[in-house]
Amino acid sequence: MTATPLKGSDRTTAGPLADGTATSVRPRRRGRSAPYWFLVPALFLFAAFTVVPIGYAVWLSLHKVQVKGIGLGKGAREQVWNGLGNYTDVLHDSEFGHSVLRAFGYGLIVIPTMLGLALVFALMLDTPQARSAKFARLAIFLPYAVPGIIAALMWGFLYLPTVSPFYYLLREFNLPQPDLFDGGNLYLSFANIAVWGGTGFNMIVIYTALRAIPLEIYEAAKIDGASDLKIALRIKIPIVMPSLVLTFFFSVIATLQVFTEPMALKPLTNGLSGSWSPLMAIYDAAFFRSDIYGASATAVVLALATFALSFTLLRVSDRYTREDRA
Amino acid sequence: MSIHRHQFSRRSILAGAAAVGLTGTLAACGGSDDDSGKSSGPVKLTYWAWAPNMDKVAAIWNKKNPDITVTVSKQAAGKDIVSKLITAKKAGNAPDLIQVEYQSLPTLVSNDVLADISKYAKSAKSQFAEGLWAMVTLGTDAVYAIPQDSGPLMFFYREDLFKKHNLTVPATWDDFAKTARAAKKAVPDAYLTTFSANDPGLFAGLAQQAGAKWWTVGDGGKWTVGIDDAATKKVTDFWGGLVQEGAIDNQPMYTPAWSSALNKGTHLGWVSAVWAPGVLISSAPDTKGKWRMAPLPQWSAGEDVTGSWGGSSTGVSTDSKHAEAAAKFATWLNTDAEALAALVKEVSIYPAATKGQSGSVLTAPAFFPNQTDFYDTAAKIAATTAASAWGPNVQVAYDTFSDAFGKASKAKKSAQFDTALATMQSATFTDMKKQGFKVTEA
Repeated sequence: MTATPLKGSDRTTAGPLADGTATSVRPRRRGRSAPYWFLVPALFLFAAFTVVPIGYAVWLSLHKVQVKGIGLGKGAREQVWNGLGNYTDVLHDSEFGHSVLRAFGYGLIVIPTMLGLALVFALMLDTPQARSAKFARLAIFLPYAVPGIIAALMWGFLYLPTVSPFYYLLREFNLPQPDLFDGGNLYLSFANIAVWGGTGFNMIVIYTALRAIPLEIYEAAKIDGASDLKIALRIKIPIVMPSLVLTFFFSVIATLQVFTEPMALKPLTNGLSGSWSPLMAIYDAAFFRSDIYGASATAVVLALATFALSFTLLRVSDRYTREDRA
Repeated sequence: MSIHRHQFSRRSILAGAAAVGLTGTLAACGGSDDDSGKSSGPVKLTYWAWAPNMDKVAAIWNKKNPDITVTVSKQAAGKDIVSKLITAKKAGNAPDLIQVEYQSLPTLVSNDVLADISKYAKSAKSQFAEGLWAMVTLGTDAVYAIPQDSGPLMFFYREDLFKKHNLTVPATWDDFAKTARAAKKAVPDAYLTTFSANDPGLFAGLAQQAGAKWWTVGDGGKWTVGIDDAATKKVTDFWGGLVQEGAIDNQPMYTPAWSSALNKGTHLGWVSAVWAPGVLISSAPDTKGKWRMAPLPQWSAGEDVTGSWGGSSTGVSTDSKHAEAAAKFATWLNTDAEALAALVKEVSIYPAATKGQSGSVLTAPAFFPNQTDFYDTAAKIAATTAASAWGPNVQVAYDTFSDAFGKASKAKKSAQFDTALATMQSATFTDMKKQGFKVTEA
């Protein structure tokens, strides 16, 4: 992993802190502990708010409650060691498995659409012909600034046939009125909210990468007779590849953690179960069923799965970008 | 609780915010905020309640009792407060006083959150109907809470539209089905009401009316789970049948679409509880004076029984260092004439105490100017409330209800309603067994 994992990271090694500097400064004895002191606040916060809670969740996940008799009154319940019992339950819980599949199904719609749109918008805004680019950029980015819960509620309102202005128009023109909360449409409905809200952010990331490309490259391409489309396909997209990988990576994680949209739309329809997405299943277990132990185990499983998936994706993209370079 | 119903959708919104706090909650163990110590000052009590304006009622008490000061801390309603209380108890810092829905009492007793206050509060028994008092004792000698409000089920209907379309107010559930069909015929795009899968409380109340006993404790010290008993099956088949034939709607309650249906009159009625006027004011503001309340339809003519939907009590936590003072406040709050009047006026609840259900404080709801005897009728209906039987994992049953019956109503298949009920039974039973309860199935 030492040899430049991503193209984009080249930049950080250039400049005053590049390789040579570390050896040129002679380390002095009394300064040796100083870096660690600087690290203390960060390490403390990391320990207090990340390591300890995760450790506690893992500890909880290995326990369960044992009720005695009819379980009323003092001493009726005690926390006992459960080994990997909760984990076996999670892996055998078909409902949780389904929730993961649903999240993937949702991701299959959201990620390509959202990143595709973000890339197209970014490329369009980057062309010299683009008019009122500033306004367009802001307009596309704006939905990202709307809190997810508000966006979900707003769309939920628009999805309900009796109160939605869209359905009013459909009725007026005698067009078919699909049930947006039914079966496959449900995925499209959620995906629509996510694409609406997320495209702007991803566009900005890609656009920023595009602006960092030196103009000489375009000039050279123009002199060689490349059209704008060719420049986009042959120069811009390959150069912003690391940004695309990054946004893809964020999107995959966000997909596995989809929560706000289904949670906000759940009260509006019969078609959504309380464990529609993995995080909803965890939330449901912890806060409605008061099964903090099972919820912890599920959370640990989900975290490990996300970690494994992220790691694999990074390795794959790493290989891809290296081969690309060779 | 009307207040609780109001907040239904907001609660779901807050759910997102609460999830963010997950790790924080998990880490919040240890520590205690007991501030009594050895000081000779007044006893300070904290009271977790979600009903609005509860602090105004507590202020009356504080003025009269300088030695016991109650501070109200506003909480999220219903099922959210249960998890929060169990967590607080684990951390050893549960508040002194708690507002608890009746169906959550066994869960909280099982988690040792609620203290037995029979020593201090036994005398309050005579102030309440027997069925209500049985809910706070869980059928034992202990007293775990003082009843605060109740939600007897009733049938609300649009008087004007019933007259216009010549519909009869149903006395039995058979009539109800006939009225539903007649309404559908008279106004094709309207329904008498809906079967909503997003509030299990109504279904539980309807089953209760039919005589269901979902959780019972036998003499041998063993729970029996009977959610799919004959009474509940009857209720399930009835509503499943109506949904399948399209005589009633299948959309959930508390959605913008549902409010609009009530407001526009495409729902002609609503099976609801005594707190319904409070919901109608906000959901169907244009229909003031057009509604009327009648007793809940009966399973056989001549019967006179209803179920309840919602309602809560005031309990004292096992963490409280001042159980006696807390019990004294809880008793005052729910039985004293001045407190009851304040609860009606400020918190707009329907008091559980018998003497709170009559008298000048309860004037007809402003939304029902056409029914001046609203609360007299309500008191008569309240007296016919069937006993309820709650168990220690109501949340699991409720959760399963929403998912399973949601699916069934979406499919509009009566057979799926039966499957949903079976799922509810097995999920509840399996959960209790897994936790280690001594339990059998009915």
